Amino acid sequence: MNEMTKIETTLKDWVTDQEVRWCPGCGDYAILKAVQRTLPEIGADPKNTVFVSGIGCSSRFPYYIESYGFHTIHGRAPAFATGIKLANPELDVWLVTGDGDGMSIGGNHTMHILRRNLDCQIMLFNNEIYGLTKGQYSPTSRVGTPSPSTPQGSVDRPASPCAFAIGSGARFVARGIDISKKLPEVLKAAHAHKGAAFIEIFQNCIVYNKDVFHDFAAPKGVEDQQLWLEDGGPMLFANGTKGIAFDIAGCTLNVVDVIDGDWEAAGVAVHDVTNRALAHMLIDLRVAPAFADFPMALGVLYDDPRPTFESEVAAEREKSSAGKTADLAALLGKGQSWTVEG
Amino acid sequence: MATISADKARGPESREDKLPDAVVVRFAGDSGDGMQLTGGQFTLSTALAGNDLATFPDFPAEIRAPQGTLFGVSAFQINFGSTDITTAGDAPDVLVAMNPAALKTNVDALKPGGLIIADTGEFSKRNLAKAKYDANPVEDGSLAKWDLLAFDISAMTIEAVKPFGLGNKEALRCKNMWTLGLALWMFDRERQPIIDWLTTKFKKLPDVANANIAALNAGHAYGETAELAGPLRKVQVDSIPSEPGLYRTITGAEAVSLGLVAGAQLAGLNMFFGGYPITPASAILHNLVKMKEFGVTTFQAEDEIAAICAAIGASYAGQLGVTSSSGPGIALKGEAMGLAIMTELPLVIVNSQRGGPSTGLPTKTEQSDLYQAIYGRNGDAPLPVVAASSPADAFECAIEACRLAVQYMTPVILLTDGYIANAAEPWKVPDPNTFEPFPVKHLEEKNGPEDTLLPFKRDERGVRPWIKPGTPDLMHRIGGIEKGIDTGNIDYSADVHQAQTDARRAKIDGVAKGVPEQQVCLGETSGKLAIVGWGSTFGPIHQAVRRARRQGLEVSHIHVRNVWPLPRNLGDLLKGYDKILVPEMNSGQFKTVLRDQFLVDARPLTKTSGQPFTIAELEAAIDEMLS
Repeated sequence: MNEMTKIETTLKDWVTDQEVRWCPGCGDYAILKAVQRTLPEIGADPKNTVFVSGIGCSSRFPYYIESYGFHTIHGRAPAFATGIKLANPELDVWLVTGDGDGMSIGGNHTMHILRRNLDCQIMLFNNEIYGLTKGQYSPTSRVGTPSPSTPQGSVDRPASPCAFAIGSGARFVARGIDISKKLPEVLKAAHAHKGAAFIEIFQNCIVYNKDVFHDFAAPKGVEDQQLWLEDGGPMLFANGTKGIAFDIAGCTLNVVDVIDGDWEAAGVAVHDVTNRALAHMLIDLRVAPAFADFPMALGVLYDDPRPTFESEVAAEREKSSAGKTADLAALLGKGQSWTVEG
Repeated sequence: MATISADKARGPESREDKLPDAVVVRFAGDSGDGMQLTGGQFTLSTALAGNDLATFPDFPAEIRAPQGTLFGVSAFQINFGSTDITTAGDAPDVLVAMNPAALKTNVDALKPGGLIIADTGEFSKRNLAKAKYDANPVEDGSLAKWDLLAFDISAMTIEAVKPFGLGNKEALRCKNMWTLGLALWMFDRERQPIIDWLTTKFKKLPDVANANIAALNAGHAYGETAELAGPLRKVQVDSIPSEPGLYRTITGAEAVSLGLVAGAQLAGLNMFFGGYPITPASAILHNLVKMKEFGVTTFQAEDEIAAICAAIGASYAGQLGVTSSSGPGIALKGEAMGLAIMTELPLVIVNSQRGGPSTGLPTKTEQSDLYQAIYGRNGDAPLPVVAASSPADAFECAIEACRLAVQYMTPVILLTDGYIANAAEPWKVPDPNTFEPFPVKHLEEKNGPEDTLLPFKRDERGVRPWIKPGTPDLMHRIGGIEKGIDTGNIDYSADVHQAQTDARRAKIDGVAKGVPEQQVCLGETSGKLAIVGWGSTFGPIHQAVRRARRQGLEVSHIHVRNVWPLPRNLGDLLKGYDKILVPEMNSGQFKTVLRDQFLVDARPLTKTSGQPFTIAELEAAIDEMLS
C-alpha cells in the first residue's frame, strides 16, 4: 500500500450498481463482502484504488467494487498492474486472480510481479478447479480429481500457490478462507505491507468442486484443523490445546500437546513473520504429504518488506536523468553531426 | 609484402577515369572481425565528406559463429555518391574480403571489373577448406574477371601494432582498422574523426587505442605507397549539394526511438515503453533507456505478452504506452492488442519485421507481417497501420503513430523492417518547433446527463474519452467483454455487439479522413504503369522508376505510408493507370489488400530471400510490364 491520506467511506460506498453474476452460494460473495468491509477500515480512497483482474470467475470482481477497475485478459493481470503502478505509483493496486488464471496461464507473470516486488495486493482465489469453463481440473487440483477433462481422475501433481509465491521471492505470504471472519484482518495486513503482498484465499466453488476444503474450512467444527498465526504469538491451535514446536534435530516441525495452557512448557514455538525458513515449513503444513496430519497454517505466514519495484524504477530514472534537460532539439542533433553551410 | 593480383591484363587504365557518381563498397569478414564497426565508421567519415549514402548491414544470426565458416560471414555494404542515394546499391564496386569464406559468399555479387581486396594472411589451408575451396582462389586465376589486390593484411597489422605490446590475438583484432585506413585513403576521407572515436572508445585502454590508431594509419600509408604499383588507386566522389542545415547519420531504430520521444512530447505525455529482447527490435529499447529525462520509463518485461500488457496498463493510467518487437513477438501480443482495441486505449506497437514464419531469419529483412498487422487478431479488430519507407522516414512515422493512437484512442502498429532498423542514412535534423503539437486532454468531469459518467460515449469521430484512475468521481470499470453503448457496462446482447463492432470499424475507417491523401512520389498521376510500394522497398523502386523514366518509359512511383486504413483517394488514383505492379518482400500481401479494397488488377513482384530488391530487378520488372 501507499502512504496515503485516509478517506472516510462506508461499505456501501464500495458497492457498484452492477448485478453480481456469481452462482448463488459461491464463496466469492463472502470475499467481496470482506474486501468491501476492509476498504473503509484502511481508509482507502475510491479514486486512487484500482482493481485489476485476469479472466475467470474471480476476475469479475472489479465490476462489483466502486473504484477504478480493469478486467483484462487471461493470466496477465500482473503485467497490466505493473504498467499501471509504474505510470502512477500513487494508485493503490489490488489484483484478483484464481488458481487457473494466476498459477497456470499466468504463472509466469505471478512469478515476476512477486520477484520484482511491485507494491500491490494479490488475492488468489483458490478453488482447485476451472469454474467459468465448467469444471475442468486446475493446477492446484489434487491428484485424482474427476472432471470433464479428467473423467478417470487427474494424474498430475498440484502446485502449492504459497510455496510458489515464496519461491518466487514474495516478501509477504498469507492465507485466508472465504467465509472466515478473520479474512479482513489478513487483507488489512496485506495492505499494510509495502510491496507485493500475496494472499491465497481458499474459496468454495459450490458447483464444480463443492466443499473441497471442508476438512479445514467448514463453517463449524474444524478449529483443530486451523492454525491461525500471529506475529510474536505462540503457534497454538485446537483452542490452545495443541501447538507447533520446532524439531531442531530433524529440521522440521512437530505437533505437541499443551497442558493447562502452559505452551512454554510444551515447547511451542513463537511465530516470527520475518523467519523465511519457518515460513517455508508453515506453507507445507497439511499441503505436503509429510505434514498431512497438521492443521492448515492461516493468516500472515511471512512478512519481511524490502524496497518496491516502482520506487527503485523511479530512483533509477531520476539518477539517469540527473543533470540532463529534456531538450528535444539537442537530442535530435546528438552524436556525430555536420553542418552544411548555406 | 603485397602480392598484386596475377590478373595483370587489366591494369588501372582499363577502368573508367571519370569521376563516378556513386561507389558501392562491401566489407566482409568473419562475424568476429568487426565488419559492422568498420562499416559504421566508414559511413560516418563518408557522411562527413558530404556524400549522400545508404548502408546495408548483413550479418548472421549467430553472435560468434565458428571462425572461418561460410555461415559466419558478416558483411556491411555502403553506397555513397554525389547524387541522391536511396539504396545500398545493387552490385559492389569494391569488395574487402577478410577471409576465404567472406570472399566465397560475396564475390559473385561484385561488378565485373570490380576490385577485390583480400587478406592472404587468412587464406590458410584450413580456412580454405572451411570455405570449401579446393584451390586457393587468389592464386588459381579463378578471379580473373575482377581486379585483385591480395596481400597479407594480418602480417602488416601485427607489424604496425608491435610497439604496443599486444598479444598476437589482440593485435590481429586491429585488422579491421588497418582495412578501414586503406579504405579511407582510397576515397580520400579524414582519419581524425575515427582517431577521436577510438581514443574515446578505448579511454581506459590507451595501448589498445594507440594500436588501433597505428593500424589505421598503417593501412592509410599502405595506400599511398602501393598506388604506384597496382590496381589500387584513389577514387574521388564529389559531395552532393545539400540544403543548408545540421545533418547526422541515423538508423531506423534510432529514428523510431527519437520519433516516439518526440511524439510523446507533442502529446504532452510521459511515455512508457515495455519491451522484451528480440532481434532486430531490441535497439529501440537500448536507445530509449538513455532518454529518461524526457519522461520515458522503460520496462524489460518477462515476455512479449507482459511487455504489451504493461504498456496498456500505463496507457490506462494516462501515459503513452509503447511496445516493440518483431514478428514472433507481435504474434504473442495479439490477444492484448485486441483488449486495447476493445477498451479503446491508445498504444503504439512497433514491428521491426524479419524473415518468417516462426523464428525464420532473425537478422534478415522481410515485409511479410503485413497481413499480421492489418488482420492478425481474433474477432473484428481493426487498427491503423503505418509503414516507414526509410530510416529517416521512420522518425516521422513514429510521430504519426503516436498522434493517431492518442487522437483516436486506439492501438496503432508501426511497421519497419530489419533493413530499415539497421541501415543508416544522412538525416537533416529537423527543428522541433516545426512539429504540430497534439496535446492530450484526459476527461476530468462527468460527461453524461444528470451527473452521470459515460466512459464509452463517442464524439463525432467515434472516439471515447480517456479517463485515468486517480481522477475524482470518475471511477468506472473497463474490460474485454463486449460493452454497452456509452456506459461501457458489460452487455453482450445481440444489438449491442452489432452496434459496437460497427462503431469500432467506423472509427478506424475514419482515420483515413485524418491522414493526407495519397501523393504520387515520381511521375504522372495516371498513365501506363504505377509501381506501388510500401515500407523499405522505397529506395530501389524510386531509383528504378527514375531510370525507366529517363529512358522515356511511362511509369510512376506511388509509395503508401498509411497501409491501414488506406488513403481515401488511393482507389481512384490507382484506377487511372493501365497496369499496377506491387513489389514487396513477401509473397504478395499488399497486392491482395489493394485487390480486395479497390477491385484493381494489381500484379505482384515478390522477393523473400532476406535481401532487399536490387534496382536491376525492378527495372527488369518495369520493362516486362511495359513490353
